Amino acid sequence: MDLSRFSKVSDYEWRVEPRGKMRVPAVIFASEALMRDMDEKVYEQVTNVATLPGIIKASYAMPDAHWGYGFPIGGVAAFDADQGGVVSAGGVGFDISCGVRTLHTGLTLDDIEPVKQRLADTLFARVPAGVGSTGRIHLSAPEMDAMLKGGAQWAVKQGYGEAADLARIEENGCMADAAPHEVSDFAKRRQRDEVGTLGSGNHYLEVQRVLEIFDARIAQAYGLKVGDILVSIHCGSRGLGHQIGTEFLKRMALSAKDYGIQLPDRELACAPIHSDIGRQYLGAMRAAINCALANRQVITHLTREAFAAVLPQAQLDLLYDVSHNTCKLETHMVDGVQRSLFVHRKGATRAFGPGRSDLPEQYRHVGQPVLIGGSMGTASYILAGCEENESHAFGSACHGAGRAMSRTQATKRWRGRELVDDLARHGILIRSPSLRGVAEEAPGAYKDVSEVVDAADHAGLARKVAKLAPLLCIKG
Amino acid sequence: MTHWEHFTHGADIGVRGIGSTLSEAFEQAALAMTAVICAPALVQAKEPVAVTCDAPDAEYLLADWLNRLVFEMATRHLLFSRYQVTIQGEHLTATAWGEPVDVARHQPAVEVKGATYTELRVAQTETGEWLAQCVVDV
Repeated sequence: MDLSRFSKVSDYEWRVEPRGKMRVPAVIFASEALMRDMDEKVYEQVTNVATLPGIIKASYAMPDAHWGYGFPIGGVAAFDADQGGVVSAGGVGFDISCGVRTLHTGLTLDDIEPVKQRLADTLFARVPAGVGSTGRIHLSAPEMDAMLKGGAQWAVKQGYGEAADLARIEENGCMADAAPHEVSDFAKRRQRDEVGTLGSGNHYLEVQRVLEIFDARIAQAYGLKVGDILVSIHCGSRGLGHQIGTEFLKRMALSAKDYGIQLPDRELACAPIHSDIGRQYLGAMRAAINCALANRQVITHLTREAFAAVLPQAQLDLLYDVSHNTCKLETHMVDGVQRSLFVHRKGATRAFGPGRSDLPEQYRHVGQPVLIGGSMGTASYILAGCEENESHAFGSACHGAGRAMSRTQATKRWRGRELVDDLARHGILIRSPSLRGVAEEAPGAYKDVSEVVDAADHAGLARKVAKLAPLLCIKG
Repeated sequence: MTHWEHFTHGADIGVRGIGSTLSEAFEQAALAMTAVICAPALVQAKEPVAVTCDAPDAEYLLADWLNRLVFEMATRHLLFSRYQVTIQGEHLTATAWGEPVDVARHQPAVEVKGATYTELRVAQTETGEWLAQCVVDV
C-alpha cells in the first residue's frame, strides 16, 4: 500500500484526514512493514466506511486488515443511531458472529502424546466438519426459534454443556433482543441440520499447547501456564448467518437511495438504525449471534465427549468465547461523554479493558481474553483487552493472521498430502475431509500472525498474554 | 467461446462465466462456482432441481441465481454439474442437475457461503460475448 497518503501518528498508527465525502478520519493500526504489505483495497474500503452517515470519531482498521466486502476485514466503526447512524450487513459480514472459543483441559503434553492419534481420530469422528456435513441435532420450527432466542443458554438447557460455561461467553451466552421472526424461512432451512457443525474454509478445532507466557499476572487470572493443553474452536453461525447476510445485503443495497444514502460501493449496503430495515436486520443479526453461540456450545459438548472417550481425566472448562463479526450496542466514552453506539466489528475482536461491567468477574481486573487464531499449523495467541484501547478503537483488536495469498495460488504451490505429512513430521496432526481444502489453507498462504499480534500489542489495542502451538487440528 | 474461469481475490475467489448469450454466461458462472467446491467432472448430473428468481437488473439477478444455488446445495446436500438457464428480462428460470455430496469421491474443498457484489459484473464484450462474474465468499 502507498503510505504517502497517510500521516504517521506513531510507529503503529496511520491516519488519513477527512477528504471528499469522508465525515471522519480513517485510522489503521499496524507496523510500517504490515502497512506496506497491505492491499490497496484496504485504503479504499477504510476511507469509504468513513463516508457513512452517523459514524463517530473515525473508521478504523486493525493490523490484520485485508480486502473485505464493503468494510475491510479487520474494520471497526461505531455509529450513533440518533445522528442518522447506520447498520451495515457488509460491516458485520456473511459469517455473522464467527468467533473463537478456547477451553482448558487440565492436561499436559505427557498426557496427550501417547494417545494423540486416537484423540485426533475421535475428535474428527465426533465433530462434523467440511462440505455437506450435518449435525446430530435436527431442529423443528419452534426449536429453531428457541435456539435463535436463547443462544448458548438454549444449548445448555438442552444438555449441551454446563451452566458454568455461560459466564465465560460474551453476553453470557445469549444476545439480547434477538428477533427470530425477522429470520427468513430460507435462513432457517439452511440451519436445520447444521447446528453443531464446524463448516469449512478457515474453520477448525485445534488442540494446542501453551508455549510461552508474556504476562504472568494476566495469565494467572486466565488460569494459564506454560505447558498447559488447550482446545480452540473457530466457527460461526453457519448457513443461517450466511443467508441473513445475503438477503439483507440485497435489501439494504436496493433501499439505500430511499434513505438518501449514497453508496460508494454496493457492498457497503446499509440502512439507518432507526428504520424498519435497520431494526429488522439488527433483530435477525442478533438471532444469528445466538446461532453461532449455540453452535460453538454444541461443538464444545462434542469435544468433551471425545476427550472423555480418550482421556477421561480431562476437565474441559471454558476459558472464553469471543465473536469477531458483529454489530453491538455498547457504551463508550467519546471526548469525555458517555455515549451509546452501534459498534461494527468485521474481522475484529472485542477487547474490553479492565473494569468493564460486561466482563466476567474473574477477568474484570485484567481485561477480557482476546483469542487470536493463527493459520493451520502455526501459532495462536491469547491477548488481554487493555485500558488505553478505549481511546483507540472502541475496545477492539485484531482477529487473526489474514491471508497473504489467494486460494488458487495456494493450491498451485502446495499439495494437501505433502502438507499433512510435513506437519506430521513437526508433530502436528491434521484431520480433514479434503486434501485440497488443506492446500488452500496452507500455513504459508497466511501472513505471520506473530507480526500482527506484536503490532496490536505495540499499538495499545491489547496486551500479549500467551502464545499457543498446535498439536492437532480438525479442518473443516 | 463458452467457458468459465476463476479470478483472484484476496481472501476468497472470483467466478466468471463467458457465453454467446446471457443465459450461457450464467450457466458457466454456476459451473465456475461448482469448481470452487470440487472438480465439476466428478459430479454426475442425475437429480434435477428447478430454480427461479427475479431481480431489478442482470447483476442482481446473477448474484440471486448463484445464491439460490448455494441455498439448494446446502439444504439438499447436493453438488451440481449441469445447468440450463432461461432469462427473460428480470426473470430467470433454470434447472440444475447434480447428485448428493460424496465426500470420498468428490473431495469437496470448501463450502461457498454466498455470492457477493464484489467485482459483480454482467456485460456484453466488444466481441459480442456475454460475461457474468462476481466474487464468492468461502
